[in-house]
Amino acid sequence: MTAPRYRSRLHQAARERRLETHPLTGWLRDDGECLGLDDYLAKDGYGVVRQVLGRQDPDDVIETLKAANVRGRGGGGFSAGVKWSLTLKGADMPRGYLVCNADEMEPGTFKDRLLLEQVPHLLLEGMILGGYANDAFYGYIFLRGEYVAAARALSRAIEEARAAGWLGRDIAGSGFDFDIALHTGAGRYICGEETALINSLEGRRANPRAKPPFPGQSGAWGRPTVVNNVETLCNVPAVLRFGADWYQGLSGARSDDGGTKLYGVSGRVHRPGLWELPMGTPAGELLDRAGGLRDGRALKAWLPGGGSTGFLLPEHLDLALDFDTIGQAGSRLGTGILALVADDQSLVALVRNLEAFFARESCGWCTPCRDGLPWAAELLRALERGDGRPGDIERLEALAADQGPGKTFCAHAPGAAMPLASAIRCFREEFERGIAAPGKEAR
Amino acid sequence: MATIEVDGRRYAVDGQDNLLQACLTLGLDLPYFCWHPALGSVGACRQCAVKQYRDAEDTQGTLVMACMTPAADGTRLSLEDDEARAFRAGVIEWLMVHHPHDCPVCAEGGHCHLQDMTVMTGHHRRRYRFRKRTHRNQYLGPFIAHEMNRCITCYRCVRFYRDYAGGTDLGAFGAGDNVYFGRHREGVLESAFAGNLTEVCPTGVFTDRTHAERYTRKWDLQFAPGICHQCAVGCNTSPGERHGEIRRIENRYHGEVNRFFLCDRGRFGYDYVNRADRPRRPEWRGESAEPLVLDVDAALDRGAEALRRARRVIGIGSPRASLEGNHQLCDLVGEANFSTGIAAREQDCLARMRRLNRDAGLPTPTLRDVESHDAVLVLGEDLIASAARLGLAVRQAVLGRRAALAAARDIPAWNAEAVMTLAQDARHPLFIAYPTATGLDDIAEQCLHLAPEDIARLGFAVAHAIDPAAPAVDGLDARTRAQAERIAAALLAARRPLVIGGGSLESPALVEAAGNVARALATRERRGGLTLVRREANGTGVELLGGRPLEWALDVLDEGAADAVVVLENDLYQRLPRERVDRALAAARTVIVLDHQRTPTWERAHLGLPAASFAEGDGTLVSLEGRAQRFYAVFEPRYHRPETRIHPGWRWLLALGASLERRAVPEVALDAVTRDCARRHPALAGIVEVVPGAEARVDGLKLARQPHRYSGRTALRADLDVSEPRPPQDPDTPFTFSMEGYAGHERPRREVPFAWAPGWNSPQAWNKFTDEVGGHLRGGDPGVRLLAPAADVGDHVDAIPPPFTPCADEWRLVVLPRLFGGEETSSRSAPIQARAAPATLRLAAEDARRLDAEEGDRLRVETARACVALPLHVDATLPRGLVAIPAGVAAALASGERAWLTAAPEAGEASP
Amino acid sequence: MREHLQPLASDGDGFVLDLADRRAIERERAHYAQPQAACIEALKIVQRRHGWVPDGAIIAIADTLGIGPAEVEGVATFYSLIFRRPVGRHVILLCDSSSCFLGGHEAVRDALSRQLGLDFGETTADGRFTLLPVCCLGACDGAPALMIDDDTYGPVATEDVMELLERYP
Ligand SMILES: Cc1cc2nc3c(=O)[nH]c(=O)nc-3n(C[C@H](O)[C@H](O)[C@H](O)COP(=O)(O)O)c2cc1C
Ligand code: SF4
Ligand code: FES
Repeated sequence: MTAPRYRSRLHQAARERRLETHPLTGWLRDDGECLGLDDYLAKDGYGVVRQVLGRQDPDDVIETLKAANVRGRGGGGFSAGVKWSLTLKGADMPRGYLVCNADEMEPGTFKDRLLLEQVPHLLLEGMILGGYANDAFYGYIFLRGEYVAAARALSRAIEEARAAGWLGRDIAGSGFDFDIALHTGAGRYICGEETALINSLEGRRANPRAKPPFPGQSGAWGRPTVVNNVETLCNVPAVLRFGADWYQGLSGARSDDGGTKLYGVSGRVHRPGLWELPMGTPAGELLDRAGGLRDGRALKAWLPGGGSTGFLLPEHLDLALDFDTIGQAGSRLGTGILALVADDQSLVALVRNLEAFFARESCGWCTPCRDGLPWAAELLRALERGDGRPGDIERLEALAADQGPGKTFCAHAPGAAMPLASAIRCFREEFERGIAAPGKEAR
Repeated sequence: MATIEVDGRRYAVDGQDNLLQACLTLGLDLPYFCWHPALGSVGACRQCAVKQYRDAEDTQGTLVMACMTPAADGTRLSLEDDEARAFRAGVIEWLMVHHPHDCPVCAEGGHCHLQDMTVMTGHHRRRYRFRKRTHRNQYLGPFIAHEMNRCITCYRCVRFYRDYAGGTDLGAFGAGDNVYFGRHREGVLESAFAGNLTEVCPTGVFTDRTHAERYTRKWDLQFAPGICHQCAVGCNTSPGERHGEIRRIENRYHGEVNRFFLCDRGRFGYDYVNRADRPRRPEWRGESAEPLVLDVDAALDRGAEALRRARRVIGIGSPRASLEGNHQLCDLVGEANFSTGIAAREQDCLARMRRLNRDAGLPTPTLRDVESHDAVLVLGEDLIASAARLGLAVRQAVLGRRAALAAARDIPAWNAEAVMTLAQDARHPLFIAYPTATGLDDIAEQCLHLAPEDIARLGFAVAHAIDPAAPAVDGLDARTRAQAERIAAALLAARRPLVIGGGSLESPALVEAAGNVARALATRERRGGLTLVRREANGTGVELLGGRPLEWALDVLDEGAADAVVVLENDLYQRLPRERVDRALAAARTVIVLDHQRTPTWERAHLGLPAASFAEGDGTLVSLEGRAQRFYAVFEPRYHRPETRIHPGWRWLLALGASLERRAVPEVALDAVTRDCARRHPALAGIVEVVPGAEARVDGLKLARQPHRYSGRTALRADLDVSEPRPPQDPDTPFTFSMEGYAGHERPRREVPFAWAPGWNSPQAWNKFTDEVGGHLRGGDPGVRLLAPAADVGDHVDAIPPPFTPCADEWRLVVLPRLFGGEETSSRSAPIQARAAPATLRLAAEDARRLDAEEGDRLRVETARACVALPLHVDATLPRGLVAIPAGVAAALASGERAWLTAAPEAGEASP
Repeated sequence: MREHLQPLASDGDGFVLDLADRRAIERERAHYAQPQAACIEALKIVQRRHGWVPDGAIIAIADTLGIGPAEVEGVATFYSLIFRRPVGRHVILLCDSSSCFLGGHEAVRDALSRQLGLDFGETTADGRFTLLPVCCLGACDGAPALMIDDDTYGPVATEDVMELLERYP
């Protein structure tokens, strides 16, 4: 037996993918190797840069993004166009930064890795366009330190692009200056939170910052700063190439959220992996594409988009996977990468794993998260051991309620509360089984 | 102004505030941790949660953090809402998860903000049943004790230490529920303001180590409103006593001076009061070697007898003694025979500074006001060494640019992290000219390291660049001219430029240079300020009172023109060369010394009268901003040690005067002396307004020096006498030496011995005494300003010194003030001695090379008057041709003197 | 405020930044508006050479970047991939997040523990391996996943562990 080297892969072959229908993965090579500059240019890569820079008004670019309704793929689903329209710019404002959030650490999420490793130029093109729209003079790719292959691909791509004049002064004769640097992180999930990310970029402890002011008003080094997810930015070139209507058309009747989504499935399925599908594809379709659960197990529950989303049940499988639909079902689309729980797997143990993760990854800034989450994790460990005490479940519910939005400083703790609260809501009896029988010595 | 509705009641509040500030200003009790009035909001602790409602229809509401929510007009909120209360109780419960619950052995207990908040939120039962995490503690130096297990991770310590005070050696380490606040390596905290951690930290992580060995709960301390005697800034303190010892000093809020913070010299320098070797009874030194201990009457008789026999009696006053003491001495010997006790070169500077305060056209800002200046020029002062708290205020002025920038982007000043994020390292311009590095260099736009003459020349050049009517500097090199022009431009561009000069380098030219800059600015109608740094607590006051310099007094004695001398709280050996003082004292037939320290001067006294320190006596001091302030005795020393015969200097002198005239000692109270002093010295006329007199009452009550929970009163003296004596009476002040009397916060009063309000035992209780949080005491901030500029701006001074030129075989001495070890009385305190850096002699690298000397080599510096040997420190910033030594190692060596250097043998050389 | 300091004899421990490292740090500085931003990269540069970040390096980096040593230590101790204690020649980062949990990472952890006689956070006596947990490696379709040095593996079966370790002498 040999453990395989891990490779990021898409399950759709080249013949299934075209740029007109697969704006993200239409670029990918079938062999999983990184698409170099020559190949990228051969497919008219950077064509949109030439088409837009200096020719289109930045505000029009933003209008197109708004009309296309490109919703943030980092998990929040905030409209990229709206975010860009709120960035402070103008004669009396210093030019700021565009930051790509490539810190992908959300438990169960493995989508940005694919794009980073295999089409770095697409991201660079999206960033140049984003920089142009937001009047940024410099871009950073904030890449998690463990993505070694992505770091190699990105460094190479940045050098190639700079050498070819796609980065630097007067890009493609447009008069627009913009350059990009790669910043690699040193661990810690919280760096993915956009304001913590900015602190980390500045070489500080990655505690989040209070909002307002939002990064668009005062971000990195106090300048207007836009933070967007890798996947979000990778959508930008196609939106500007083909237009908002085309983008909306990709998801068609399935969803009001435009475009496609890089969906994925993990868990005990036959074919875990990634697919680029129209926004609003039902979860059931993904489960089918993944070949269903292995070992003849049945589905017990699923997380729609990472550890900080709420559990959904088999009955929710036909819901369209878009931000509003999943939100209405009481969860969040998050990153849109599904994690499936089989019927023989313990929800208490899984939630313990999640809460231990969130507790460990708390930045330690605000009290409910810093001291509340470890407590929840301890209670869950007790329940898992069968050492729970009457009242523990109510304590957990109260702890989850106290991590609600607005009660903590950032969205980390609310993210931790979601799976906890939903698991207790849906599977309370599993938790009750963890309460020690009367008379049994609890530790 | 804005109107907000809190739990159904409408209030008018300041719309610039956040809701927490607004609520606290209204006197509402809302718990909080991470917010601090001087540090602003960061929203970390989540303790100040309240319910906010969109409008009258909104019954649901949402939880918001009061400290992070603007007090906008029309805001509706509830503190009492069930969800808000439950959440706040939850926050405390989380904060206490790892807390050791060690209140009984914790030095914070009884004045602990965490205790107060725990009680306020009603948390009283521990539900967390898992293991607590524990931390190791660090040694942080002689001032601060560290107990990390008590930490509640509010981040206040680093925010004060790093963001506010500029320290670089305290940080937050780790993450998650394992955050650690400490030094990067175990060791002495470097900041001059580390002591404030004891008050900024809301629990017992950072506590006063000097207090630890003779610890007393706050409720068992007896307090009085104090004025720090350790420099001329005039910070208000709250010294606490038990068993006849000062046990700790806390900050006493003053809305215009120190507000929330003290420096470490002031906070930890009190131990001289407790020295075992202090004179406590009159001593007569006749022919025999052993002094004879006398009782008061005998001492007065002998003293009077000796003075009566004298042909002429000289009085030597003191800039560290009260106005009343100096006045009474002046009264005893007559104005013609009174010396201020200040050496001539220093007094010259003081006189010039007084004149400049009147005729340089710019007012002296209060410390609070310093913070709102937007360009600062410091000529010849290392403020962190010579007037540390002023330096901290200058730092805030320079950082004030941040808030200005933030305001332009609608970021409220209280949103601390956002303000810092936006402004990054934007600063108002600060220029410092000083011979070597100073404690504010890190935030200065430019630091010029120059010899004192050249600093003065730079100042004169700046003045000329601002106002061409100011004399030009001859032979100025192009570089200095450009620098002067740059500084002038920055000062002119500012809304409120501040010029800071002073006497630290004892250079009259330097003082005048600052004066010319001020005049130039005043002429150009800049609404700026002029701050002139004096060295000692009452230097400003004694100079106003008047008198001849110390040299004159010694000369008169030496020449035999007088044969008796009375020295008040002054160690003459700290001021002039030993031989000279020896000679003068030897020439006098009678030497009477009043002091609270057994100084070399005391040892030369025929009659020594034990004077009160700030802890046992009252009096008035005038700070460098010209503010006359009264300090009050903290305790009556005879209560615990009946054998002591300590009295305030003024009272001894009054009694001596009466004895001299064979009158009965009159029953005179302090107020009468103060009035008399004001009448006799017109410059001091204002001091009668300083305080409510001894007859002042609140609701008909005197004011209590002890908290109402003061315990063990009946047992305190049980080792002396089991029957409980009447508490000592205090005819001089409105305070009682007991818990009887008013101690509350509702009735406005200016003189508050200690801050306490129901539910608020910690220093945060000061918020209950102010008109708004961080504002002014509701009863008015203590003190009366005596110095104000006259309407006419005086003429520019044109005595510009020639440039300094290094000399081949001769050096120029500069004596550099230092915070720890550079001041007479605090240097007698053990914690300060432990903290003081070893004294070194500094030379420029090139000069050291020329002498073939290396770091650590012992060198001997010699002037016409004295010499001292010290290890060499090669100073990369010091200009060539200067040799620098720290203040406090050799009193007879003075700045500006010519000096010679020789190699000194390793050991055996006399060192101080 | 340096001249008010008590000299801190133990500070620095005589650590000297390697010249190439100092240059690399200075190059890194150029990418950012403020020198502090190069702090994390500086720590990584030192760590690349020494395997971990020794105490003296904190001061050296602080001096190079012109920021306070406590600031550098605050950063160094915040991030999980900066090691302030010596680690083994090879660092095993085992993903312990939810998808790998569902994929059975606890069994792999136990296998590693058994093989190496280690718990999370420990280093083998021969200084060969250090075992650490890591946030979701973004390899959930290859769960359970782990990294050894710069190499990512997944899915890793318990039976693979032995052979895998042998590749890292
Ligand atoms: C705790 C936490 C972790 C996050 N991690 C990531 C991440 O790894 N990648 C990411 O793109 N967004 C992450 N986000 C979301 C970002 O804060 C931010 O919303 C996003 O980068 C914005 O990009 P988008 O609008 O393009 O989605 C995280 C948010 C939180 C609260
Ligand atoms: S919720 Fe609070 S402690 Fe948790 S990560 Fe966010 S700011 Fe940090
Ligand atoms: S005081 Fe408001 S959050 Fe700490």
